[in-house]
Amino acid sequence: MDLYEYQARDMFEAHGVPVLGGEVAQTPEQARAAAERIGAKSGGVVVVKAQVKTGGRGKAGGVKVAKSPDEAQALAAQILGMDIKGHTVKKVMIAQGAKIAEEYYFSMLLDRANRSYLAMCSKEGGMDIETLAVEHPEKLARIEVDPIDGLNAAKAQEIIAAAGFDEADWPALEHVLVRLGAVYAAEDATLVEVNPLVKTEDGQIVALDGKVTLDNNASFRHPEHEALVDHSVTDPLEVLAIEKDLNYVKLDGNIGIIGNGAGLVMSTLDVVAYAGEEFTARDGSHPRPANFLDIGGGADANVMANGLDVIFEDAQVKAVFVNVFGGITACDQVADGIIKAYEILASHGKHPKPLVVRLDGNNAEKGREILDGAGLPKLERVDTMDGAARRVAELAALAV
Amino acid sequence: MAIFLTRDSKVIVQGMTGSEGMKHTTRMLASGTQVVGGVNPRKPGTTVDFPGGVQVPVFGTVADAIAATGANVSVIFVPAAFTKAAVVEAVDAKIPLAVVITEGVAVKDTAEFFEYAQKSGTTRLIGPNCPGLITPGQANAGIIPADISGPGRIGLVSKSGTLTYQMMFELRDFGFSTAVGIGGDPIIGTTHIDCLQAFQDDPDTDAIVMIGEIGGDAEERAAAYIAANVTKPVVGYVAGFTAPEGKTMGHAGAIVSGSKGTAAAKAEALEAAGVKVGKTPSATAALMREIMQGLQG
Repeated sequence: MDLYEYQARDMFEAHGVPVLGGEVAQTPEQARAAAERIGAKSGGVVVVKAQVKTGGRGKAGGVKVAKSPDEAQALAAQILGMDIKGHTVKKVMIAQGAKIAEEYYFSMLLDRANRSYLAMCSKEGGMDIETLAVEHPEKLARIEVDPIDGLNAAKAQEIIAAAGFDEADWPALEHVLVRLGAVYAAEDATLVEVNPLVKTEDGQIVALDGKVTLDNNASFRHPEHEALVDHSVTDPLEVLAIEKDLNYVKLDGNIGIIGNGAGLVMSTLDVVAYAGEEFTARDGSHPRPANFLDIGGGADANVMANGLDVIFEDAQVKAVFVNVFGGITACDQVADGIIKAYEILASHGKHPKPLVVRLDGNNAEKGREILDGAGLPKLERVDTMDGAARRVAELAALAV
Repeated sequence: MAIFLTRDSKVIVQGMTGSEGMKHTTRMLASGTQVVGGVNPRKPGTTVDFPGGVQVPVFGTVADAIAATGANVSVIFVPAAFTKAAVVEAVDAKIPLAVVITEGVAVKDTAEFFEYAQKSGTTRLIGPNCPGLITPGQANAGIIPADISGPGRIGLVSKSGTLTYQMMFELRDFGFSTAVGIGGDPIIGTTHIDCLQAFQDDPDTDAIVMIGEIGGDAEERAAAYIAANVTKPVVGYVAGFTAPEGKTMGHAGAIVSGSKGTAAAKAEALEAAGVKVGKTPSATAALMREIMQGLQG
């Protein structure tokens, strides 16, 4: 889960990372009230910052300086509702203004290649770090952080020295880095990035803008992270899938996909997209996958029924592909689940969409017999993955 | 020979008495695996009955289980919140191979227990969030169904469980030396490279299928390794060509971020290393079929 800047700011503050005052606002009026409180600390000057989970908001006009509460309100009215790279701005942060002397960069992240953690730090902050890493790799210190020891004082000193900071700044930087390391470890983050980390004109080291990614697998020890989840931007079908405890991702096509196992479902998306290239609908479009839905390695009838229920709810879906390789999952259970899903659908007074089913592996023969015996409308069986993908693409193209 | 697991392997199961542990211990025993013990700190000294009149003793600790049985493989089914403690215990007991089946392990826990195992130098980890490994006809450590394919001379390494099954099914007429599901988490104990190296050195493996997916750069590094070190034929498949950026596709590690981790980049790197890459699982199996027929011809 990626956090908004204001959430990262609050998390930093809770762990003793120096930050400036900041409050989130969802209306221009709230922005004005926040600017009155926050501006009192910085001579009336505040910064109105769009809260979106994407970069480049400054260039898009999503960050503006306001010299009075009136101006903050007017700017918030401009920025709220703005579209930045496909993200609608629903919140702004009113941040305390600061006199910046220097801008630095710091991040700590999961290093998959080395199966460890990596800290990156540079005296050249504020700019795009990927550009810096490519154009001036010598200006970006990269230091491994042992996952067991964490970012302790000795490691912080090593990072600061490698980045070439002036000795006068070492104690303050060490404190900030150790506190950011504490955020990473204590909150089960996989990324903590501060860009820019600044030195103010009065010599303070402050985290001006933060980006934090939290590990969803660690939520069992962080019940408080639930409050950080942003429900407003989630697709309604994704919400329904979460309620049914399904592993679902909405995509933009018109072929519903259900499979068992993340790798097989990813592969199914590809095979269907390739097959879609061979068929053209009347409007000239090619059928494409409408979603990712993994019902898991050990799925039973109920899970299959829930999955089909969510897919049938998707108005964009014109045809559905159920692709199951029974490893642990038994194909007769999958067949029972499909029959159950049809019953649920009928009980809601809804009609099924064209459905292509491919069953292989554990109890495949039994599963196929059950389906053939049930005589479900609009259901077809195809026994190879590639053949089934072509058939469902054809059906989807015909339905548009 | 095979890799990592043979008929001589003595397997214990941490979390054997839980529902998943019971189900899969039953399957492992049915496929001929020597399951010599279970571990549960609350039930030492008891035994568990399995079909066929097999009784498996339960020990309080991994160390006790090793002392009593000479076990050299542990398969771990304990819940995610307790997985780190289970792995640390297995490493402390110096078990040579620990296979972590559990999914949903916090990556901080994995980073820590991986580092712990590295420092100890005594234990190879496979997983977490993996189906384990099978040497058909000899032993099965994990949840891969033993009846998909029999023994043969193809080695298989895959991030994905069901794609492992699919590929074994497609090539069941040739059979497999060993199939290893390494898992789809951001940090895993055994990598594609580790398996490629072991298959290269295994006299019972003639050719290798490597299955990858979006996220990270493990496939690119594997490609570089193959170019420099692997002389046996390798066929590759990468899932996730059509996955959008920024969406996690089921596996915690399967996410494209920016230009990094795309399937296209991985396939390209593999092809540049001389690996034949299939567009679909069936096409990949067909490439391997040609190679095996050529070797046999």
